[in-house]
Amino acid sequence: MTTREKILEAVLKNQPEATALPDTSMFKGTGNDLVQKYMDIFKTIGGPCFLADTIDSVKTLINEKFDLSKRIVTTLPELSDRFELISGTVDPHSYNDIEVAIIKAHFSVAENGAVWLTEEVMGQRIIPYICQHLAVIVYAESIVPTLHEAYEKIGTGDYGFGGFIGGPSKTADIEQALVLGAHGPLTMTVFIIN
Amino acid sequence: MSQTKTKDHAALAGAFIKDEERVNWHDGALWYIREKRDLAVKQIPEWEQLREAASMIKSNVISNLHQYLLQFEDNLKKNGIIVHWADSAEEHNEIVYAILKAKEINQMVKSKSMLTEECHLNEYLEERGIEVINSDLGEYIQQIDNEPPSHIVLPCIHKRKEEIGELFHEHLGTEKGLSDPTLLTRVARKHLRNIFLTRRAALTGVNFAVAETGEYVVCTNEGNADMGAHLSEVQIASMGLEKLIPQKKHLGVFLRLLARSATGQPITIYSSHYKKPRKGQEMHLILVDAGRTRQLGRKDFRDSLKCIKCGSCMNTCPVYRKSGGLSYHNTISGPIGAILAPNLDMKRHADLPFASTLCGSCSNVCPVKINIHDQLYKWRQVIVKEGYAANTKTLGMKTMAWTLSSPANFRKAGKAGRWFLQNIPFVVNNPFNPWYRQRDMPEGPKESFAEWFVKNEIKKQ
Repeated sequence: MTTREKILEAVLKNQPEATALPDTSMFKGTGNDLVQKYMDIFKTIGGPCFLADTIDSVKTLINEKFDLSKRIVTTLPELSDRFELISGTVDPHSYNDIEVAIIKAHFSVAENGAVWLTEEVMGQRIIPYICQHLAVIVYAESIVPTLHEAYEKIGTGDYGFGGFIGGPSKTADIEQALVLGAHGPLTMTVFIIN
Repeated sequence: MSQTKTKDHAALAGAFIKDEERVNWHDGALWYIREKRDLAVKQIPEWEQLREAASMIKSNVISNLHQYLLQFEDNLKKNGIIVHWADSAEEHNEIVYAILKAKEINQMVKSKSMLTEECHLNEYLEERGIEVINSDLGEYIQQIDNEPPSHIVLPCIHKRKEEIGELFHEHLGTEKGLSDPTLLTRVARKHLRNIFLTRRAALTGVNFAVAETGEYVVCTNEGNADMGAHLSEVQIASMGLEKLIPQKKHLGVFLRLLARSATGQPITIYSSHYKKPRKGQEMHLILVDAGRTRQLGRKDFRDSLKCIKCGSCMNTCPVYRKSGGLSYHNTISGPIGAILAPNLDMKRHADLPFASTLCGSCSNVCPVKINIHDQLYKWRQVIVKEGYAANTKTLGMKTMAWTLSSPANFRKAGKAGRWFLQNIPFVVNNPFNPWYRQRDMPEGPKESFAEWFVKNEIKKQ
C-alpha cells in the first residue's frame, strides 16, 4: 500500500458524516463611494493614493514622486516612451536593481485596500515584490466593495499566478514596532484614474 | 529545538515570569493586538455570520476530506504541480531531501511554515549537508538564536529589541548596542535579499488550498514567500491535509477573517495564489498527514483541524500572555497548541490542556468557532483516564473527591483546614505548597458558614 492509499483510507475511515456547505451568497458590500472608501483605507495601510483624470496626469505625478535617474520599469505600453517595458522572458533575477515598477491592476477592493494582479499584468511574477517602490494604476469603475465581489470577478481564474497586494511590505516582528519595507517594496502608491 | 522535554509548562512558565518587566511587556503587547483585532472586527457588521460560515465550510471540509483530497490532487496535476503524500514528519523530510538532491541543491530559503517546524525539517536537512534559511524576519531571528518560534504569527514576540540587536551584532556584524527596529530590519532586508537572489530552491507553507482549482494561497506581510518562490527554479509547498477549502469563492470568507483576527489588519499585505509553475520552474506540493487523520477520528477533538492559524487565541489567553509561547514546548503554542499537541504525543504534552483557566476567551475570538476551551476540558479527562496526569494533580483530585463525597468528610476537612491556618500557618504557608508560591494564604476564619448559620439564623427561628 502506498502512502497515498494509506492516508486516503485513514481519511475515509475517520471522517464524520457529511455536512452541507453554507450559503454564502448573502455576503456582499455596498456600492456607494467606493473610490473614497478605497482611498481612506489605503491611506491607513500606509500608502499614498492619488486621483488622476488620464494616464497623462499619472505620468506627471510619477515624474514628481520618483527618482527618474534610476531604473523604472512598466508593463503599460502607454508609458513605454518614458520607461523600460518589462520582458516576460529574461531571467527574473535581472530585475533586482529596479527602483520603481509601474503596473496596472485588474481591480481593487474598497474594504481592504488591496489590488488584484495576475502575472499577465505583472510582466513577470517577481516584479511587484522585488522593486523598491511599487506604483499601481487602477480604474475607478473597477473598484469592488469586498472580497466576495472580488472573487466573483476572478471566477476560477485562468492564470498561473495571481495575488492581492494591499500596501508596502511590512513587519512588526521586532517588539511590535511597525517597519515599512521588510523584503518587498518600501512604498506602494496607487493612482486611481477617474 | 530539541524534541526532548525537560520541564513541563508550569516549570517553564515559572522561569518566564521571573522577569517581571518582560512579562508585563509581553502581556501588554499581545493584549494590544487583541484590541486591534476588536477594532477591525467592529468594522464588519456581518462578522458573526462570517465566523459561522467559515466554521460550516470547515465542517464540510472535514466531513468530505477524502473527496476534496482527490479533487485537489487531480487539479494540481492538471496545473503541472507534482504531488507528494507524506504519512509522517520523517516521510515529509525525506521527500524534500529527495527533491533537492535530484537537482543537486544544497541551499534553500524557506518562508514561514509551522508544519516544517513541527517536522523539524531544518535540522533534518542540515544533518544531510543542506543549509536552510528562514526568511520571515521573526523566524530568522529565532533561527539564529537556535530557538523555535514562540508564537505562530509573531515568532519572536517574547524577545526584547536589545536582545535582537545583540544577535544581529553577533551574526550580521551590526554595531554593538544597535537596537532600533527600523535599522535592524534594514540590515536583515539587505542580508536576506542576497539569500533570495542566490537560492535555487524555495519552500513555503500553505494558508488555503482550493480543491476546485488546484491552487494554493500563501499570506505574508513581508513578501518573503514571493521573493523566494519567484526567484527559485524549484518551488516546494508543504501543507497539512486540513488546509483544504472546497471552492475559490470561499477565500472571500477566510481572507476577510484571517488578518483581522490575527493582527487587526484588513488583509495581509500579500495573498498570493499559486496555480502553475513558471516557465522552466518545477513546482512540488507535499500533502502531510502526521497525525491529522488520527485527530480526524477523535470525535471530541476533530474540530481543532478547522484552525486557520491566526493566533488570536494566543493573543487573548491570560495564561499564554503571562507564560510565553516557549513554555508550551510545542511548535504551536497557546490554547490551540494545547488541543493539537496531545494528539501528537499524549504523554509528552499531558501538561498542556491544564495550562488554561478555561475562561473561554479563546473560543470567543476564534474565527472558525473552534470550541477550544471545551476541548481543553475534555483533553484533561482523557489524560487523567489514560494515566498521564501529573502525580500531584492525581493526588489532589483524589483528596478532593474524598472531601466532597460526603458532608461529614467536608466538615472534617474544613475544620482541619481552619485549625491549621489559625494555629500552625507555616504548614501551608511554605514553598512546598505549590498553591502558596504566587499567593498569600488567607487568615483562617473562626468558623465555617454552616456553623455560623446554625448559631445565628436557626436560633432566631
